Amino acid sequence: MSRKTLTRRQFVAATAMSSAALITAPYVRGAYAAGKLSIGFWDHWVPGANKASTDLVNEWAAKEKVEVSIDYITSNNKKLELTVAAEAQAKSGHDILQMPTWWPHAYADQLEPVNDIMEPIIKQNGDVNGTVKYLGQGGGKWLAVPATVGSQIKGPCSRIDLMKKHAGIDVQAMYPAGSAPKADNWTMDTFLKAAEACQKAGVAFGIGLGETTDSVDTAGAIFQSFGAELVNAKGDVTVKTDAVRQALEFYKKLIAVLPPDAASWDDASNNKWLISGRGALILNPPSAWAVAKRDAPQIAEQCWTHSMPAGPKGRFAPFLPYFWGVWAFGKNKPAAKSLLAHLSQPSSIEKFVAASGGYDLPAFANLTKLKTWAEEGPPKGTLYHYPDPHGSQTMSIAASPAPPKIAQQIYSQATLTKLALRYARGETMDQALAWAEGECEGFMRS
Amino acid sequence: MAFFLTLPLILLIALLVLYPAFYSMHLATLNKSMQKFVGFANFTFLFKRDTFWMVVRQSCIFAITAVFFKALLGFIVAHFVHNLPAKGQRKWRGMLLVPWVIPPAMSTLAWLWLFDPSYSAFNYTLSFFGVGPVPWLGDTFWARFSVILVNVWYGAPFFMIMYLAALKSVPDQLYEAAAIDGANWWQRIWYVTLPMMRNIIAITTLFSLIVTFANFDIVRILTSGGPLDSTHIFATWAFQVGIQSSDIPLGACVSLFMVPILAVAAIFILRDVSKRGNEA
Repeated sequence: MSRKTLTRRQFVAATAMSSAALITAPYVRGAYAAGKLSIGFWDHWVPGANKASTDLVNEWAAKEKVEVSIDYITSNNKKLELTVAAEAQAKSGHDILQMPTWWPHAYADQLEPVNDIMEPIIKQNGDVNGTVKYLGQGGGKWLAVPATVGSQIKGPCSRIDLMKKHAGIDVQAMYPAGSAPKADNWTMDTFLKAAEACQKAGVAFGIGLGETTDSVDTAGAIFQSFGAELVNAKGDVTVKTDAVRQALEFYKKLIAVLPPDAASWDDASNNKWLISGRGALILNPPSAWAVAKRDAPQIAEQCWTHSMPAGPKGRFAPFLPYFWGVWAFGKNKPAAKSLLAHLSQPSSIEKFVAASGGYDLPAFANLTKLKTWAEEGPPKGTLYHYPDPHGSQTMSIAASPAPPKIAQQIYSQATLTKLALRYARGETMDQALAWAEGECEGFMRS
Repeated sequence: MAFFLTLPLILLIALLVLYPAFYSMHLATLNKSMQKFVGFANFTFLFKRDTFWMVVRQSCIFAITAVFFKALLGFIVAHFVHNLPAKGQRKWRGMLLVPWVIPPAMSTLAWLWLFDPSYSAFNYTLSFFGVGPVPWLGDTFWARFSVILVNVWYGAPFFMIMYLAALKSVPDQLYEAAAIDGANWWQRIWYVTLPMMRNIIAITTLFSLIVTFANFDIVRILTSGGPLDSTHIFATWAFQVGIQSSDIPLGACVSLFMVPILAVAAIFILRDVSKRGNEA
């Protein structure tokens, strides 16, 4: 067997030639020259809505030469929250992860600040509401980018016919499609009277008193419209105030005319209540209406989404924003930020809204009048007031303005609904307030 | 050599049992943001919370009541099956095991629909008798009743099959001797069947107590701990505190509270079993 040996001279010549060739060769960019990016998005319940996200990501990936992988993670049984907790614990996982409401604050230390992309996005799309700032900012930094996908308002979805017949309220006249609301009389008192009338007529308002988000969000908006805070922005416990007492008195009257099993309702119960034709009003994003459109079109044709009633301290809408967070331990942060900037472009947002049939809500002031909401139906214009295009209400989240880490405890442990239920079920005002005070003191752990 | 042969098993146990156990103990000693060692501060914090003591009480009520009824039903049904003619017995055994072999998350969803606030099949049926509607999951008493009922439905077949195996191992001569001595039905059970089944009853009770105490899926699916926290047990409350409220150390603390309670039960029951084993 012959073996050709390489002389020292030959080796030096070959190395020099290779180096020269490499240096002088033109740069050819590979298909995935900008690396890889892994994304965990919330798994949308609207069929086909995930496709809009996939298309937008792929469009960006092709332009930026990034290899992307997307996981759609359901929020059923808190799978999304579990994923956030697990990745934060392992310090490994997706580069971008979608997070609901409180989670950016809960994992603030592990998130990459996104001021550099938020400032131009706000400049382009308009300012964000106070709740988005409250949940998305910490220590003067933007912790995450508000996501259009999944963000929602849980305002009233009323039955046009039943409200007119039993409560004498024309919701379409109050909230006409295409123009500003004429709803000065839509107050908590009117709401309560309508609830009583509808209950008497056998079509009670479907408002839950359970421990899931729909029930908690409703309680939050009602408490806020009375100016009732369990813990104030400074972190002081403010349970024993007149505002809280007033809110509880209102709730007690309301609970008396809600379905008797409302304490066991979950987030699906109010949807079923409306779709089955048993209720005149629920507080929910348009998902119930969308399902009714498929399963009970005669009910869907009578649904009208509009704003909350006003209390003594104003009109507050339960708003639940989602966020896209970039982990500080992520491997491709520049690409992650570039993608989030792309997903926050007005054209991308318009696609998200259209793909979700109007369910998804952008957080930006300039994007509340997209044509999807004006055109969706039947009845046409049913979603016109869903994004609050005329700014008639304050977007809020239950337990705010307490510092987010305390508020998250109040929210996730459903302290507001439990407090209302305790009082309505026979505890004295002092007993109920003492219980809530004890709970809130326990939430002060750091 | 023997050590090396058992090494794979030791490693497996270390990886899947010891590591998570010690890790959760470590987590329980951290502060909420998991940046500082706080020793037993989380435990002392819990001792001062009314909700925690309510969860302890409810976990005990849930586990003890459910295990008692599972054992009772299992015992009764095992006797029925034991007395069936051998030809059709296998069919009945198979059918009675169905609740136990269906994944509980699936079967509990079916129960949830039966209890559903708007469409409860139970309430629909009761309405024909002028009863109800019963707020199965909306009222404290009925919610506790419902979660225990579903747990009993799910777990009773396990007791049934264990007791049936035990019954089959009781020598017929003992019953014949008891019959000759004039023992009635009750005396035969009390003086023959029960003493012969004591060990299996103790082991199944312990096993079921551990599993029932650590139950999560049934309560989580049916009530999520509500109404007013009245059906929370250790695992569901640990999940709510740890995951939903982002307080993982406190959640770990809550779940660790099962350990001393179950350890005490295990020591008593297993000591009794080994004592009887030595006597035999």
